[in-house]
Amino acid sequence: MSFPWAKEYKPSHPLMQWLDEKLPLPRFVYNAVGAGYPVPRNLNYMWNFGILAGVCLMLQIVTGVVLAMHYAANSGVAFDSVEHIMRDVNWGWMLRYAHANGASAFFVVVYIHIFRGFFYSSYKPPREMIWLLGVTIFLLMMATAFMGYVLPWGQMSFWGAKVITGLFSAIPVVGTPLQQWLLGGFAPDNAALNRFFSLHFLLPFVILGVVILHIWALHIPGSSNPTGVEVKSESDTVPFHPYYTAKDGFGLGVFAILYCTMLFFLPNALGHPDNYIQANPLSTPAHIVPEWYFWPFYAILRAFTADFLFIPAKLMGVLAMFSAILVWFFLPWLDTSPVRSGHYRPLFRKFFYLLVIDVLVLGYCGGSPAETKYVLISQIAATYYFLHFLVILPIVASIEKPAPLPFSITQAVLGKDDQTAPAA
Amino acid sequence: MVRLFGPLVGLFFAVALLWSFGVGAIQAIREPEPATAVQKFHLAPHEPEPGFSFNGPFGKFDRAQLQRGFQVYKEVCSNCHSLHFVAFRDLAALGYSEAEVKAIAKDWSNKAKVTDPKTGDETQRDNVPADHFPKVYYAGTGNPPDLSLVTKARHEGPEYVYSLLTGYQDQPAELLKEFPDSKTPDGLYYNPYFANLNIAMPAPLADDQVTYGDGTKATKQQMAADVAAFLTWTAEPKMEKRKQTGWAVLGFLLAATVLAYLAKRNIWAKVH
Repeated sequence: MSFPWAKEYKPSHPLMQWLDEKLPLPRFVYNAVGAGYPVPRNLNYMWNFGILAGVCLMLQIVTGVVLAMHYAANSGVAFDSVEHIMRDVNWGWMLRYAHANGASAFFVVVYIHIFRGFFYSSYKPPREMIWLLGVTIFLLMMATAFMGYVLPWGQMSFWGAKVITGLFSAIPVVGTPLQQWLLGGFAPDNAALNRFFSLHFLLPFVILGVVILHIWALHIPGSSNPTGVEVKSESDTVPFHPYYTAKDGFGLGVFAILYCTMLFFLPNALGHPDNYIQANPLSTPAHIVPEWYFWPFYAILRAFTADFLFIPAKLMGVLAMFSAILVWFFLPWLDTSPVRSGHYRPLFRKFFYLLVIDVLVLGYCGGSPAETKYVLISQIAATYYFLHFLVILPIVASIEKPAPLPFSITQAVLGKDDQTAPAA
Repeated sequence: MVRLFGPLVGLFFAVALLWSFGVGAIQAIREPEPATAVQKFHLAPHEPEPGFSFNGPFGKFDRAQLQRGFQVYKEVCSNCHSLHFVAFRDLAALGYSEAEVKAIAKDWSNKAKVTDPKTGDETQRDNVPADHFPKVYYAGTGNPPDLSLVTKARHEGPEYVYSLLTGYQDQPAELLKEFPDSKTPDGLYYNPYFANLNIAMPAPLADDQVTYGDGTKATKQQMAADVAAFLTWTAEPKMEKRKQTGWAVLGFLLAATVLAYLAKRNIWAKVH
């Protein structure tokens, strides 16, 4: 679907006309990211991050496929093969640093994309399906990143795998057999490493598939925009190309500068030194911490320190950690305010900024050693996290008095809109 | 449904968390965690006096320093520590000629081990440049780690190696007064830069332990800085190429981004 004023693809070259008749692939691209896709004219730079996430996915797939040509998924040689890539493979060090920092860049971009969605309520009708697919992508990304971090078979790889798969043992009755079945053994070893490699290669292509559905679902209602007012007329939109290809091009340049600064000058800043020590099942690291992008959820996991009613603390932690993400699936039905954009929701906006701070605090605590003070702080922060989504958002939606919305996007941008209906 | 169960689930987690918080807070007030000797006496690593030449975005290795550091590794560290990921041929990057690399490999006292395929007899042969440094077997107390990656396997690795090697000292009297149970056990040595303060490695360096060919005075600090630099190279032999490539990439990206910005501004000029 598109707006009635969307430009139609009219190939002038005979070859393109021939191609359009047999397989209208250029038409498809034209309507997806070309002049045939009308987009609200007021998108700010927060709307760059979807494209950037797509770029990160492609970057990870390309570097990952080449790394897989040199990597050996066997617990006896995996660590050595990574060092072989770093030392003996032509430009191998760059590929590996690009892939490791690419994962971090992907998560930075996707977190901004998600919080953009929170602020502008991008999950609200008619865009619920885009949001549901997006949360699915995020879950797949977490699984992929976790298994990828195991592959170098360093100390954090091994102990991270042990802790995370150990979470399944908290499930009553079937937990321990399930954990052993997932690992193919009693502890992470060659069987686990091999299947993690296989799945780490597979899942990115599953992500790619869901990304295509995500974009497909986006093109049905069209992009949201910072006012949250739906497109009313042609003057509200501009064609994707050249307007947003140009804007995304500039955003991509800024992103590439930051990413390459990390890659070439601080390539190990986001990693943990212990992962340069080969996995040793007999030596437990002093602090087992996951990669930074899991810290907020890790803090929630560790926040449950006391058994509650009849539920063991460990099981509560596991339930809460998964619920912390699953709750996003229900956002379209929890936040029922008819106004989308946080710009016009004064009360919601305060809680949104509180949530941003809250998640940063959780992240800080998740990356810190499990000392009492950090655990106590993360307990308060995790409490707010759940209350925010499940209690505060529904209440705010019903009691808030939103600020007046502009009549249209055009009016918001230009200060006037010729289409404005005369005051009756 | 969602609006009915959602708040209930939210309150359930909130109450469980506050319960954990309450239990933990009471525990923390009743029995505060006692301070440990490690918390009070462990020191963060620091750089040697003039700083390392390879730090910073323009940092480069000092070839003479790497050669001195290699000499320290060869004469001191290699008695106990392996260098598994480094091959003799890699030493060409320190400025040695092909003939010198060959000679270093040939004269290396820890010989390459070979098994005769016909008889199964274990024999030895001289190392060749293609060989990696042979594994060092160590029978004493402790477990000397392989050093190839050590500067990447510790927080602030090069500074850590330098500080550790120069940080041996007698156990402070205040420590023993405050924590009488924390006396360094026999066979271990007090070092405030080591994670648990007591390390199995005896102080390896003393002034003038090696004699540098280039006339540099072999103080303990000098040798520690040199070997830290050498081990930074073994952990990250492509560091100079990485930074060099980085500047070329950033230069290109900066120009491309400026052009992209101008293009964007030009295209949008009409609709703002």
